[in-house]
Amino acid sequence: MSQVNYTNQNGKLMSDQPKNTTPSSLSDVASKRAESKVAGTQPLGTGLEARGVHAWFDKHHALEDVSLDFSAGTVTALIGPSGCGKSTFIRTLNRMHEFIPHTSMAGQVLLDGKDIYESGIDVTKIRLQIGMVFQKPNPFPSMTIGENVLSGLKLAQLKVDNQEDLLEECLTRAGLWTEVKDRLGAHAGGLSGGQQQRLCIARALAVKPKVLLMDEPCSALDPGSTLRIEETISQLSKSMTIVIVTHNMQQAARVSDYTAFFLSDGGPGQMIEVGPTNEIFSRPRDERTENYVTGRFG
Amino acid sequence: MSIDAPVKVTPPARKITTKPRVSDQIFRAIVTTFSFSALLILSLIALFLLSKGFTTLKEQGFGFITNFEWSVFVDENGVEKATFGLQAMLLGTLVISIIALVIAVPLSVLTALFLTFYAPDRVKRILVTIIDLMAAFPSILYGLWGFFVLMPMAEYWAKLIHKWLGWIYIFDVPDPIYTRSPFIAGLVLSVMIIPIITSVSREVFSQTPLDRIQAAYALGATKWGMIRAVVLPFGAGGVVGGSMLGLGRAFGETVAVFSVLNIVFRTNFQILFTQGGNVASMIIQKWGEAGPSEVSALMAAGLVLFILTLLVNFLANYVVTKTVKSGR
Ligand SMILES: Nc1ncnc2c1ncn2[C@@H]1O[C@H](COP(=O)(O)OP(=O)(O)OP(=O)(O)O)[C@@H](O)[C@H]1O
Ligand SMILES: [Mg+2]
Repeated sequence: MSQVNYTNQNGKLMSDQPKNTTPSSLSDVASKRAESKVAGTQPLGTGLEARGVHAWFDKHHALEDVSLDFSAGTVTALIGPSGCGKSTFIRTLNRMHEFIPHTSMAGQVLLDGKDIYESGIDVTKIRLQIGMVFQKPNPFPSMTIGENVLSGLKLAQLKVDNQEDLLEECLTRAGLWTEVKDRLGAHAGGLSGGQQQRLCIARALAVKPKVLLMDEPCSALDPGSTLRIEETISQLSKSMTIVIVTHNMQQAARVSDYTAFFLSDGGPGQMIEVGPTNEIFSRPRDERTENYVTGRFG
Repeated sequence: MSIDAPVKVTPPARKITTKPRVSDQIFRAIVTTFSFSALLILSLIALFLLSKGFTTLKEQGFGFITNFEWSVFVDENGVEKATFGLQAMLLGTLVISIIALVIAVPLSVLTALFLTFYAPDRVKRILVTIIDLMAAFPSILYGLWGFFVLMPMAEYWAKLIHKWLGWIYIFDVPDPIYTRSPFIAGLVLSVMIIPIITSVSREVFSQTPLDRIQAAYALGATKWGMIRAVVLPFGAGGVVGGSMLGLGRAFGETVAVFSVLNIVFRTNFQILFTQGGNVASMIIQKWGEAGPSEVSALMAAGLVLFILTLLVNFLANYVVTKTVKSGR
């Protein structure tokens, strides 16, 4: 597969992925992180960092003081009982939270050390770098499969010279290429739910985000499709930062390097504990985390 | 034949019946009656028009639609000779309705987009009220406004259009008379149908699935990009439907057109020139001094208008279902 280069309207080359920080192996990531970083203390300068994030719906305080770091090239799972603010949090990470009327937030979200909520910043550029996959597959039904994958480029007015290659690359990475390569011109509505979700992943990949946010991407899917998507996530994690919300502990254990546990004790949701996934599942520090992961509540 | 070969028996489909409660039956009867009475009234109107206009249709035959002469005169023996042809009026109706649509559809779609996606709540509420009010306005008021306020302005615009685009046939004029033209009638009509098209468009735009809107934004779309990629494909069917409703109103509009159009029985595609036609206003114009044979002709004209409107509505339905399927 050939290298795909992106240029924006000004013809400036956009880099594919963080160059210096892509780790070679996951244990490498873990140790690197362990020595360099305590959650939410100083800017790393790479990856995505949430600093003291609060979120409100009108007067309802939904999320309180969440600081979390997502180093480049890691997969972080967000777990916790329903209503604890996982979706709200993940939506603050690419400024989707503000689309709901009368909402507000506080704190900072740093992408490669720069606050994405800074005034004067171009939100569309932020969302281009921080992609999102939603719980319910949402392809554009009026477009064909191929057009869906490339829709992000069109929407962001990016130009690529070799669309065919990009199309194949994204669909392959999303694990969908072999299934649809003969019907790229068919309407996307004709795909199964699992295929649609992988199409949405391919669509998100086409704009080469540095970070991919996934809010329960498998909750509407059958076990087979779920497995495919988990494989996809493992593949993708080699080249990008992934944040995934899931209710499925098995899934969190299978795909993530780090796990963060969220909880709301009736008040606003809080991040209780974060750590390497195997530690969270084997010897969590907080009793509430233990209760949750062992299935005693939630 | 062996006896123990398993025989596969497919049972016949069962007939499933339920016995509804009495209260349900009564309600059902009421609802059915009312919905069928609408159909009944519609057919009765058609029948009435047909019976009254029958003589004309028989005498004029197909020429009633293709001729463009409308005259009755009595020769020296007292025999009435009449020619009734609707062609000029039918084409005139089409011309002014199309002018109205060309102006109203873009304006309505933009207004609907503004109201749905850009307007702050307060502005939105005020504007929606005003637009709904516009829809309920009596058409004579539009006629008066068109005559006294719009016409002087539009005359000036028409002159400008003629000056710059006069080399195109439809913007040329045989004589420099720009008042009471199809252009002005189309303008008035467009103002009258903007509320309908706007409110239908607004309705469908506001039903755009949120997850699709979010998908577009999450891909780095600007608002306008999102509207083009998601809202317009989704709402296209509704816009077409709304436009057809507007077209239906434009076809049938009487008083407003009557006040601003010079009705002449001659086919005219030069829209800036003071000569036009419209079936509905022609009926009004001729009504007062019509003799028995002409009344029959007017009734037949009414029937033609009725059928035309039905056709437009069927077409609207067809287009809407087709486009809606591909858009959703
Ligand atoms: N659109 C909204 N308007 C008002 N309140 C909301 C809205 N969305 C979420 N909330 C509130 O914010 C809190 C956090 O919700 P959120 O959707 O983030 O939970 P979650 O952890 O994603 O739950 P789930 O696992 O069920 O998806 C909840 O108390 C919820 O009631
Ligand atoms: Mg959620």
